Amino acid sequence: MAVKLPIYMDNHATTPVDPRVVEAMLPYFTEKFGNAASRNHSFGWAGEEAVETARQQIASLINATPKEIIFTSGATESDNLMIKGIAEMFREKGNHIITQAIEHKAVLDTCKNLEKHGFEVTYLPVQRDGRVSLDDLKAAITPKTILITIMYANNEIGVINPIAEIGKIAKEHGIFFAVDGVQAVGKIPVDVQKDNIDLLAISGHKIYGPKGVGALYVRRRNPRVQLSAIIDGGGHERGMRSGTLNVTGIVGLGKACEIAQKEMPEESAKMLALRTRLKNGLEAKLDEVFINGSMEHRLPNNLNMSFAYVEGESLLMGINDIAVSSGSACTSATLEPSYVLKALGVGEDLAHTSIRFGLGRFNTQEEVDYVIEKMVQVVTKLRELSPLYEMAKEGIDISKVKWQTA
Amino acid sequence: MAYSDKVVDHYNNPRNVGSLPKADPNVGTGLVGAPECGDVMKLQMKINPETQVIEEAKFKTFGCGSAIASSSLATEWVKGKTVEEALSIKNTDIVRELSLPPVKIHCSVLAEDAIKAAIGDWKKKHGIEVQVAEKASH
Repeated sequence: MAVKLPIYMDNHATTPVDPRVVEAMLPYFTEKFGNAASRNHSFGWAGEEAVETARQQIASLINATPKEIIFTSGATESDNLMIKGIAEMFREKGNHIITQAIEHKAVLDTCKNLEKHGFEVTYLPVQRDGRVSLDDLKAAITPKTILITIMYANNEIGVINPIAEIGKIAKEHGIFFAVDGVQAVGKIPVDVQKDNIDLLAISGHKIYGPKGVGALYVRRRNPRVQLSAIIDGGGHERGMRSGTLNVTGIVGLGKACEIAQKEMPEESAKMLALRTRLKNGLEAKLDEVFINGSMEHRLPNNLNMSFAYVEGESLLMGINDIAVSSGSACTSATLEPSYVLKALGVGEDLAHTSIRFGLGRFNTQEEVDYVIEKMVQVVTKLRELSPLYEMAKEGIDISKVKWQTA
Repeated sequence: MAYSDKVVDHYNNPRNVGSLPKADPNVGTGLVGAPECGDVMKLQMKINPETQVIEEAKFKTFGCGSAIASSSLATEWVKGKTVEEALSIKNTDIVRELSLPPVKIHCSVLAEDAIKAAIGDWKKKHGIEVQVAEKASH
């Protein structure tokens, strides 16, 4: 059977909404449109009931209780709320925050913003495999540290941090532990109890739910975490997030979590099988390809690979019927190659040649085979065109060449 | 980002890809850019020492689609021209021909630099004085 083009393999950026999620959402656009905060009529009650069901579905996925789930507009807001909310609430206690170099911009830029307001932030480096070192973390803790914020899994390289170990360290020191769980929740088991997570940011559209909805887990026991709100208004969500609830989106997020929980074992096995097929296929047919980040501690649906001597944007241009993304500078607004790969110590020359494959629920083996074939074809063609590949084949060490830069 | 039809055409059907023998006294080689910057162009020309006409031009480029197109176009343009005519090609001519957006202007600059570097190399081999400060302007 011929594969349907274009192929979507950029599921770290966003995912399509699962048809079962759409189906669950539909009644809440029309018949059940009530405001969940309307306490005195059946329209409001229906909305409230739907929201409480979603809270239960989300809580169940991460081993929390429903009351610990706060709804937001998405994970960027959740990241902002968990970091700024703790910073403001506990600034009397201390002004030091620890994070790491390859967090999502929603965390990094929030921390940078706090630096302008008297906070000190330590940006831990990552190791060559993309993970945070526990020794570095311990060494960075001071009596003024109030918050450690480290992502569960990275959005570019899919590398999973030692979250349970970090949670333990945070707890021992009485420091709050906030986690950007966007890429991990719904993909791998996340347990806020086992991992000692105090705050966890969740996104709807990365887990086959709708865009524009997210959640924040806020621990209520051992310890009870209090947050300052960043949006003022009607005092919804226990005062932590004002604004009329996006009932339709919340229903979708809840349903997406329910499906993810139920299907995780078989889905992650499928992702792993497809990813292995993709990796093996590419490695068998192409020389000088390099994996960025740990293979051992990695989301099952991620592959981030550098195709030496082939610039990423030109590669994307050649595979224009496949949607993936590149760490090449030319694909970013800043003309800088990926800060994530740089932090790993990947040379800028190789960072320019990287491609991120994000497999998803709806990808098939036929699609993976097509991607392998097309990648091999385009990489081979572009290497024929690459002066660097020619030089390397002549035995010239590219890193020793004195380049004339403009 | 959308590419112009001409960039896509040069990317899909690059003209004059390949290499000429570097050691040939009539071949000038220009290698410009750097892998860390994401662009490296190698432009080679075979120049008739009698007529100073560029008889052959070949390129290889590591870079984005616009960089590939700029160097492919440069080989097309220099072929058949005299050295002096080739040196008068400006990066802005390439920008115009390929409809390059502002963020891709550096690709055209690199192509102009590559032309100058290749001719400079050839001149050096023939003991012709090379004018310095012939870098393309942005």
